[in-house]
Amino acid sequence: MSNKSQCDKHAFQQSRRKVLKGLAAGVGALALPAPNASASAWEAFFQKNFRELDRDELKQVLARLESEYSKEYGKDVTVKATLPIEGVKYGYGLDLSRCIGCRRCVYACVGENNQSREPQIHWIRVLQLNKEKGVALEYAEHYYNPEEVPVEGHFYMPVQCQQCENPPCTKVCPVQATWQENDGIVVVDYNWCIGCRYCMAACPYGARHFNWTKGKLPKEEMNPETHYLGNRPRPTGVVEKCTFCIQRTREQPGRYPACEEICPVGARKFGNLLDPKGEMRYLIENKRVFILKEDLNTQPKFFYFYAT
Amino acid sequence: MKNIWNFFKGTLVLTARGSTAYYCWVAGLIVLMVIGALTYLVQLNDGLIITNMRDQVSWGFYISNFTFLVGVAAAAVLLVIPAYVYNWKPIKEIALLGELLAVSAIVMCLLFVTVDIGRPDRFWHLIPFVGILNFPQSLLAWDVAVLNTYLVLNLTIAVYYLYNLYYRREPNKKFMTPLLLFSIPAAISIHTVTAFLYNGLGARPFWNASILAPRFLASAFCSGPAFMILVFLMIRRYTRFQIKDEAIQKIAELIAYAMFINLFLLGAEIFKEYYTGTIHLAPMQYLLQGLHGHSALVPWIWTAMLFNFSAFMIFLVPDTRRNNTTLVLGCVLIFIGVYIEKGMGLVIPGFVPDVLHEIYEYVPTGMEMALAIGIWATGLFVFTMLLRVAIPIMNGDFHVADDGVGFHIGDNMFFLRRADRDRLVADSDEEPATKSGKNV
Ligand code: SF4
Ligand code: SF4
Repeated sequence: MSNKSQCDKHAFQQSRRKVLKGLAAGVGALALPAPNASASAWEAFFQKNFRELDRDELKQVLARLESEYSKEYGKDVTVKATLPIEGVKYGYGLDLSRCIGCRRCVYACVGENNQSREPQIHWIRVLQLNKEKGVALEYAEHYYNPEEVPVEGHFYMPVQCQQCENPPCTKVCPVQATWQENDGIVVVDYNWCIGCRYCMAACPYGARHFNWTKGKLPKEEMNPETHYLGNRPRPTGVVEKCTFCIQRTREQPGRYPACEEICPVGARKFGNLLDPKGEMRYLIENKRVFILKEDLNTQPKFFYFYAT
Repeated sequence: MKNIWNFFKGTLVLTARGSTAYYCWVAGLIVLMVIGALTYLVQLNDGLIITNMRDQVSWGFYISNFTFLVGVAAAAVLLVIPAYVYNWKPIKEIALLGELLAVSAIVMCLLFVTVDIGRPDRFWHLIPFVGILNFPQSLLAWDVAVLNTYLVLNLTIAVYYLYNLYYRREPNKKFMTPLLLFSIPAAISIHTVTAFLYNGLGARPFWNASILAPRFLASAFCSGPAFMILVFLMIRRYTRFQIKDEAIQKIAELIAYAMFINLFLLGAEIFKEYYTGTIHLAPMQYLLQGLHGHSALVPWIWTAMLFNFSAFMIFLVPDTRRNNTTLVLGCVLIFIGVYIEKGMGLVIPGFVPDVLHEIYEYVPTGMEMALAIGIWATGLFVFTMLLRVAIPIMNGDFHVADDGVGFHIGDNMFFLRRADRDRLVADSDEEPATKSGKNV
């Protein structure tokens, strides 16, 4: 309950609701819920930051969201808020010598994480790079589309949120709508984000994506197993990003992220960085490993390596 | 309390009166404001998708305008410094107008930020203690704090001063002077903080240069005062308020210095990027030359450079500075030049090429422009209303009536035709009325 323990500090903010009700009544701005809006619209409006919800409030919020989503998508949707596992810090490994650039991970991610299909939001971007130039982003092809991959003379580099240990994106957020959890995952509270997009300007890896409009998510494709900080359907006007499949990886027994699971050549590795005998540690200690844009001191927990 | 209400009532009546030109101008602004508001309704409904911003270029025209206007707002201090620090009378008489401009510019800034955010309904998340203002970590939180402080500060000074003049009292210097002096660091801070907002991002090499904040300030000291001079010339020509030549000349001279520093810093930046020629050169290339066939900004930035440089020459040479026609030309050139350079020219190259070196060429949509024009119209409307009240008060044409309750309005026109104005001024010159409390 590491996050929850912080909420005591903010006990003084409990009176926030009262202050706000007066304020909102006085403002009556355009963007507020209509006067005849349902009670749940007002509840959503007054909802506190995730990290300040106490146990009961959190339960209420999750229940409200579940019933909203279940109605909207015509199936039983669960919204969990599973906490980080003690003693775990997630890390990701990507074997550049294996990746063939098939983009299966991109679409597995979209399916698992309920991204908008129209306009398309992809949390993973696979870059096609020239073998002669090496890892030089200036020469990357973003929208390569050949008959068959891999293309002669090229290699492929998927880029997604690097779950930086020193994330520039969370620092800049004016309302603390995004933060790093104890297991190292950087998350966004979609109900708290004001959509200023400062974090998008701050992220050196293009990992953050904005909901420029209400995204389309077909009912039959909607994944009903969701996490509050992860793959639940997103409202318009907020930022979203990869969470290492928080809804899978935090469960016990846990599951691998969808991108890891789908990769046909086994280029993707995932594990606990704090486990000295784990796969990630073996990789880091024994392979040629590098991180992207090392000079920015973001300290990614996403490691690229060459197995061969 | 009663007094405040009476004053307020008076200003309402006053702003409702004016010449035909005044009515046309205000009506035009209101039409543009309505168009802007309707566009905003569409945006609220459909989301920011109606703009051309996308994940690659996540800030665009709105934030560019915001950035430029912060500069205009900060520039009011260029009047306050000579007026109050050096106690220079000719500018003291008009320093208040600079503060009114600052107020209007900040109103526009706040509107531009509001239309840019995805969830304006959650504005309350930014209010300290009610929401969570991530202070002091986030520079955006700093910006919210300093912009609002600056707005309140300038409004307080202006309203307090005008209110006292209206009641024919001498404003209390002990109250005014500290506030005025405080407005100097406050103005510098709004601009510095806005520069730091960009400056502090390691992900964007184009902004991550320590020269950014000084450059910001230098260019602000060009665009804001240039706009002020244009306003002064208009006021002098079409209203009964008189502004001394030497005041305008002094400001023009200051603009020349500021422009020199601005051009110099720009040169320093261009040298560094081109001579070292690291991959960080790409955004600069995109701006100045175009990159891989994408060159949307190139004609604009060169126009800006040409304008800035010509204006610099105009303000440098005393003859052209003193000539009204070239002076106006110089001001217009500077305003446009800095608008391009500190607006789109600063914001967009931060995103092109993006962090993964993709090039997404951004051009604002018609809707974005309509909304932006609506906000400009709102700012000009606010400024017009403020001037409509301030100028008659400072002229002694609007004050409390002799019974101490009602009001006296001696200026029912505001904008006058040139000939009418000249006649009026000639009349008043014959019997120099004691314009009580015109100078603090
Ligand atoms: S990759 Fe970007 S979004 Fe992910 S933690 Fe780092 S800075 Fe934040
Ligand atoms: S877009 Fe949302 S998460 Fe990102 S900085 Fe703004 S409020 Fe924070």
